[in-house]
Amino acid sequence: MQHNKKVQTGTHFEMGNWACTEGALAAGCNFAAGYPITPASEVANFLAARLPEVGGTFLQTEDEISAICAAIGASWAGCKAMTVTSGPGISLMQESIGFAVATETPLVIVDVQRFGPSTGVPSVGLAGDIVQVARGSHGDYQIVALCPESPQEMFDMTIRAFNLAEIYRVPVFVMGDGFMGHMREQIAIPPEDRIEIKNRKIAEPAATVLERQDFQDVNVAPMPVFGRGLKAHVTSSCHDEHGMRNLSDPEVMHRYTMRPIEKILKHRDDIVRVEDDCDNVDVVLVSCGTVSRCARAAAQLARSEGLKVGTLRLLTAWPFADREVRRAAEKVDHMLVLENNTGQLYPYIKAEAAHACRVSFLGPQTLGQIHDPKYILGHIKELIQ
Amino acid sequence: MTLSAHPLKERYARSHIQRTTTCPGCGIGTVSQAILRAIDELGLNMDDFVFVSGIGCSAWIPSPFYNADTLHTTHGRPIAFATGVKLGLPDKHVMVVSGDGDLTAIGGNHLIHAARRNINLTVVLVNNGIYGMTGGQTAPTTPRGIKTITSPYGAMEHDFDIAPMVVAAGAAYVARWTTYHPRQMTRSIKKGIQKKGFALIEAVSQCPVQYGRASKLGGAVDMLTHFKANSIRLAKAREMDEAQLAGKIIVGEFCDREKAELSEQWVRLRSEMTEDK
Repeated sequence: MQHNKKVQTGTHFEMGNWACTEGALAAGCNFAAGYPITPASEVANFLAARLPEVGGTFLQTEDEISAICAAIGASWAGCKAMTVTSGPGISLMQESIGFAVATETPLVIVDVQRFGPSTGVPSVGLAGDIVQVARGSHGDYQIVALCPESPQEMFDMTIRAFNLAEIYRVPVFVMGDGFMGHMREQIAIPPEDRIEIKNRKIAEPAATVLERQDFQDVNVAPMPVFGRGLKAHVTSSCHDEHGMRNLSDPEVMHRYTMRPIEKILKHRDDIVRVEDDCDNVDVVLVSCGTVSRCARAAAQLARSEGLKVGTLRLLTAWPFADREVRRAAEKVDHMLVLENNTGQLYPYIKAEAAHACRVSFLGPQTLGQIHDPKYILGHIKELIQ
Repeated sequence: MTLSAHPLKERYARSHIQRTTTCPGCGIGTVSQAILRAIDELGLNMDDFVFVSGIGCSAWIPSPFYNADTLHTTHGRPIAFATGVKLGLPDKHVMVVSGDGDLTAIGGNHLIHAARRNINLTVVLVNNGIYGMTGGQTAPTTPRGIKTITSPYGAMEHDFDIAPMVVAAGAAYVARWTTYHPRQMTRSIKKGIQKKGFALIEAVSQCPVQYGRASKLGGAVDMLTHFKANSIRLAKAREMDEAQLAGKIIVGEFCDREKAELSEQWVRLRSEMTEDK
């Protein structure tokens, strides 16, 4: 039997960063650019070895700015492109994240998050970038960010990230962290024909770009990919639906900002995912990423003691699961938000929940450590007393 | 009033674009014409190209005018974007057109690393010695002593000598001409396009509105006269000492060499790794 280089079908015991790489390849990624950074380096290291095997290209750049720019350029050249980094790299990439948003560029950005601020602690995982990936670039926009909790999900969600990027012509984040990136667990990779792959729609030739809508369709305009004689005009400056720059018409300015936002919000039901186990409970633990594992363990522990505790896990941080949080809040007395940071999603959750139940926040007992389920249980008991 | 159009416009410009954004007397028109003449004389089609530009006056040369795939990027980053475009489309000519502020100040790191990688890009760097679009601020290319809006007491810093810097960084082809040398510039752009490797054509250009005022060199004609009087061919410059070369513009081909090119190496590796054994 010929070894399938693209999809490593089978069961593996590997780290999350390996799973992420294999997810990218299974999704059809054929271009990656990156700059070394802990705890994300392994993804780039694996990609450097694996991409040429499937006819792809890996570029190690002079910095993270160059990495994301090259990935965007490759996406316009027709590649399925990604970059991978950690918090400090995301900070450097912010300007170009906005570029990808404004030019409606399919792109996957893997963020293996670490302890901050600044250079912080490279090897310790912390969900430090949850808000900066959605709000860190200047101007108004919506972002798509997926939140795996395990090596298996780093595989699954990296594929989903590529599919969403292609379907909606948007940058999509995979929010890993140092814990799951370096954690080894069982990873099941299905056969290639069982993996659903989506590809972008490509624009048709026209006499001039004025006869074609290349941008700003809430139902996603076909992409005028370079190299096909489509004579695309691509600029991140304010432009009309043909891509032509317009810095004077207020209506064009409005559409330039609003249409990419509306495109994501219109399809939010297709993008937003939660796991909801909060029927007939008094307390719901809300979490995303690595912390969800602690939340589930704490809920089990609480239930074993007869307490009515459930969970709401956000599999997507952005677009924000506002309706799902609201619905959960209306079913419970208390919402306890667990985050491995000082409360980045907490204000967003509180805004949707506080009308219906009490909402409070619980960080880990020591920042940079994972939540001890017993520590969470102690807080649950205090809440319901 | 009748409108007359340049013969190259119909073939190479987007038909619905009627105006340029340049000030009267700007050298950008000369550089743009040199680029289009080079493409025309090589018998190439606009569909053979992807143009990438950054931010600043000269970044507007390809976008929105050239009837081709054009990517107008953020400030300083066009070479980084172009690197991804080239690796994704190795059969296309990828040309970067941008200014001295864009490519040597905010984007300086990308410039030297692209030259080091020797990736097959043709970079036309329009050097007007100042930030024109934002109102005449000092650039890394502004000569010492010149008073600009951000160096009102005279620029204290030393200016970049771009062409030799890019040679040192590893480029395959580097030339410098001024807008007084449009034919030589066209010839060098042709060589740059044909060169398998990183090619930089530094086009020293007049900005009469900002630089002309700051340097007191005067209007466009005065500045072109200055370029004519002060340009020294590289061969001659090698026989002159530092004092004699003060204030001179050394023009000519700074390097033209063969070395392994990045995108071609990737094409080869990809094909070796994926062929059935």
